[in-house]
Amino acid sequence: MAESWVKRSKRQLRMLVKDPLLFSVITVILLSLIIFIIYPLIKVILTSVYSKNHFSLSVYKEIVTSWYLRRAFLNSIMMGTLTAVFGALVGFIFAFTLTRTDIPFKKFFHIIAIIPIISPPFIGALSIIMLFGNNGMISSSLLHLANTKIYGFRGLLFAQIVTFFPVAYITLKGVLESISPTLEDAALDLGGSRFKVFRRVTFPLALPGIASAMLVLFVETLADFGNPLILAGSQFPILSVQAYLEITGMYNLPKGAGLAFVLLIPSLTVFLIEKYWVSKKKYVTITGKPTSSTLKLVSPLVKWVLLALCIIFTLTILLIYVTILWGALVSVWGSTNTLTLRHFAYVFSVGFKAVQDTIIIAGISTPIAGILGMVIAFLVVRKKFPLKGFMEVSSMLSFAVPGTVVGIGYILAFNSYPLLLTGTLLILLLNFIFRYVPVGIQAGVAILQQVDPSIEEAAIDLGADAKSTFRKVTLPLMVPAFFSGLIYSFVRAMTAISAVIFLVSSNWNLMTVQIMSQVESGRLGAAAAFSVILVIIILLAILMIRSILNLRYGKFGGTTLKF
Amino acid sequence: MSLKLVNISKVFKDPDQPNKQIVAVEGVNLEINEGEMVSFLGPSGCGKTTTLRIVSGFETPTTGEVWLSGKMINDLPPNKRDTAMVFQSYAIFPHLSVGQNIAFGLELKGYDKKTIRKEVDSIMEIMNLREYYNRRPDQLSGGQQQRVALARSIINRPSVLLFDEPLSNLDAKLREQMRFEIRRIQQKFKITSIYVTHDQAEAMIVSDRIVVMNEGHIMQVGTPFEIYSKPVNQFVADFVGRVNSIEGLIVGLNNGDGYEVTFGGKVKKIPSEINTLGMNDSVKAIVRPESLRIKNFQEGDESLFHGRIEKMVYLGPTVEYDIEIPGRDPIYAVTHNPIEEGFFNVGDEVSIDFSPKAAHLLKKE
Ligand SMILES: Nc1ncnc2c1ncn2[C@@H]1O[C@H](COP(=O)(O)OP(=O)(O)O)[C@@H](O)[C@H]1O
Ligand SMILES: [Mg+2]
Repeated sequence: MAESWVKRSKRQLRMLVKDPLLFSVITVILLSLIIFIIYPLIKVILTSVYSKNHFSLSVYKEIVTSWYLRRAFLNSIMMGTLTAVFGALVGFIFAFTLTRTDIPFKKFFHIIAIIPIISPPFIGALSIIMLFGNNGMISSSLLHLANTKIYGFRGLLFAQIVTFFPVAYITLKGVLESISPTLEDAALDLGGSRFKVFRRVTFPLALPGIASAMLVLFVETLADFGNPLILAGSQFPILSVQAYLEITGMYNLPKGAGLAFVLLIPSLTVFLIEKYWVSKKKYVTITGKPTSSTLKLVSPLVKWVLLALCIIFTLTILLIYVTILWGALVSVWGSTNTLTLRHFAYVFSVGFKAVQDTIIIAGISTPIAGILGMVIAFLVVRKKFPLKGFMEVSSMLSFAVPGTVVGIGYILAFNSYPLLLTGTLLILLLNFIFRYVPVGIQAGVAILQQVDPSIEEAAIDLGADAKSTFRKVTLPLMVPAFFSGLIYSFVRAMTAISAVIFLVSSNWNLMTVQIMSQVESGRLGAAAAFSVILVIIILLAILMIRSILNLRYGKFGGTTLKF
Repeated sequence: MSLKLVNISKVFKDPDQPNKQIVAVEGVNLEINEGEMVSFLGPSGCGKTTTLRIVSGFETPTTGEVWLSGKMINDLPPNKRDTAMVFQSYAIFPHLSVGQNIAFGLELKGYDKKTIRKEVDSIMEIMNLREYYNRRPDQLSGGQQQRVALARSIINRPSVLLFDEPLSNLDAKLREQMRFEIRRIQQKFKITSIYVTHDQAEAMIVSDRIVVMNEGHIMQVGTPFEIYSKPVNQFVADFVGRVNSIEGLIVGLNNGDGYEVTFGGKVKKIPSEINTLGMNDSVKAIVRPESLRIKNFQEGDESLFHGRIEKMVYLGPTVEYDIEIPGRDPIYAVTHNPIEEGFFNVGDEVSIDFSPKAAHLLKKE
């Protein structure tokens, strides 16, 4: 077996050398993946087991014996699990109502359900503080409570569900749409009661999708950093925050690295479960032309219940956004309710550099990540070369590695010559590029698997070499996937915090980090104004990309954008 | 340009069981003359596509050599080979217009715009595509897409044109039209061509010679007439049309004018090109159903067999019969022109015979 692998690799290598361009592209990509994805992770592990130049597991001993850190670990797991369960539940209710009933204003509900995705991930936390915190609108102005218990478990869980249920919603909407309603009609026709049909047909078919949505939610919550930093408080320690505090507060690099590694284990486990187990269980019910749904699965009573639930969720989300907007416009939150633009003025004077930096960094890194993603997708789907499996797995790894771990890895890995990058623009760009490359890869792989390979063979047959085949045929076919990947990674880059908070400097700062520090220093108005501007920038960018796309590709369609 | 395949074999790894090997093609030797059109005919999975892809360069043969115009081209990548493929799925570039699709090859060669446009226009004229220059491929019918694919291949004036079941995605009517169209274009440009199909009628119409393949091996190479009338084995006989294999015994050796064969007592002298058969060898006389002569049975008839119509199918121009014969395999026969010559009904007693010229002897395995 081993010999045949060596032999095969040798043969592939011989073929590869004949095409110098392909060979060098593959080499450069493999090297970059090793340096910018694998090496930082190794550095995290190495740092955690070396103290004072000696191998030692003292960090891990400390973590295991510390009551507080054990709590942090358990809290993180619990928070991840509960967010996964409730987030998937809310997401499912939304998705089911929108795909299986004929309620009015579906488009509106859809937009509400995906809005949290295009916001900074801690907008929920921010609005909770504004509503229920010490100076909170509801807690102190309305109810006159002096000390609310919003910090800690309950507040955080609420914020996490609001932040992450849209991810579940998008996944499950896709899943439910792919289950042909004719199956349900057929089951009803065979005499099943509505509930039975749901339990025996719809739900089992959707189950793998639900499982995978829950796993994704679990990993995202575990990795999340923004909401817990604002809301968790010291009574309710969360692992990602503890790792951050060790590094930036205590300068205890080995311990921070050790905590990061502990964070990595459940994430990687879940990622592997999803990749090798759940994704294989997914059913494909492709039935040719989309059949018009007859929507008989839901009785009128259930429909009204579902609608009521959706309205409650919608009002909650609207409340959050109205709070943020209101907070950005009133003079002093909780005491002086006069309207003012001074927070915006503040953002544009003091914080303008961060706005500029964010746009530059996201604007440069996401197209590069997108192109790199397309190239890797192309190589992985269409080419044979040694270490292909490694390229596939390592490039997708960022999906599994919590941002906190990546951030810590980067400051550990790139703080000395020849890779002295701390404090530079480059380290931020590299971090974003390699963090969002999987988005492009997924989109690219999906589209390439749809494109008949003989289309590329036809080009080669007509005399095109590898380069012109890619440039003249493959690339144009991948353009729609590129742009939909681009929108997604741009949004992610604009709203990211957990990795970059370790990497910003006075020279290069980001809006999310700014918002965070405004919250920490109690300037809620400025934080809200920053958030509003951030959301507006994202919306404008999406509109721009979409209109470019429609202009160029509207004619022959084929673009399926997620947003 | 002549094309030569020398001892070509191709072994694949089974994608599911890496230790198992699939022999897709084995020991293929073939020479195709300049301007000739040859069909590869065989059941699905017999290695036709693989052989074609070896010629075009998309697969490297495990053993053997591909020669084009006196040059060994094994190491030439597909984009440098002077071959052009018409794909089963057409493989039209969906992001380019019809005109851009057809111009693709010339653009790669770096011709100037004017020349390209002239060439494209003239090809489109020949292919009856003139008004579709700016159309998107998805606005074309199947037949038009097929023509675009053909035009795109031909414009490069390749030395060899390769067709992989080009008509299998078309409906029956169009398929019939297009095979004549393809033959017309091939003869107009006199391009050496290989045409892969599993449809014997298609192979007969388009090709100068047919290569019958089975399980990775060439069974027989010959003109459509040779393949149909003188199949080298039972497989070929069956594959190119319905056939009767009538068992007999050699009772007289071939001295240039044929073997004497007895069929249950009645002896016929059947011409044959082989003389490797011996006395008392069991043989099969391969007789096509339309070569059988059937008439109403009468006492004292000297015909070979005597049977009863078991089944009759009236098809308009022809009538087909299954005839039961005591102690033998049933016989399948076809008669023509039923309006004038009449036909038999189920239950009729008939006598059956064939002329020695219509029979082809195969040794019974
Ligand atoms: N890339 C491949 N990997 C493994 N087996 C293959 C591959 N291509 C073809 N085969 C196998 O080789 C045999 C011949 O295939 P093919 O040439 O496509 O047949 P045909 O075109 O005559 O239907 C089949 O058994 C097929 O499964
Ligand atoms: Mg085939």
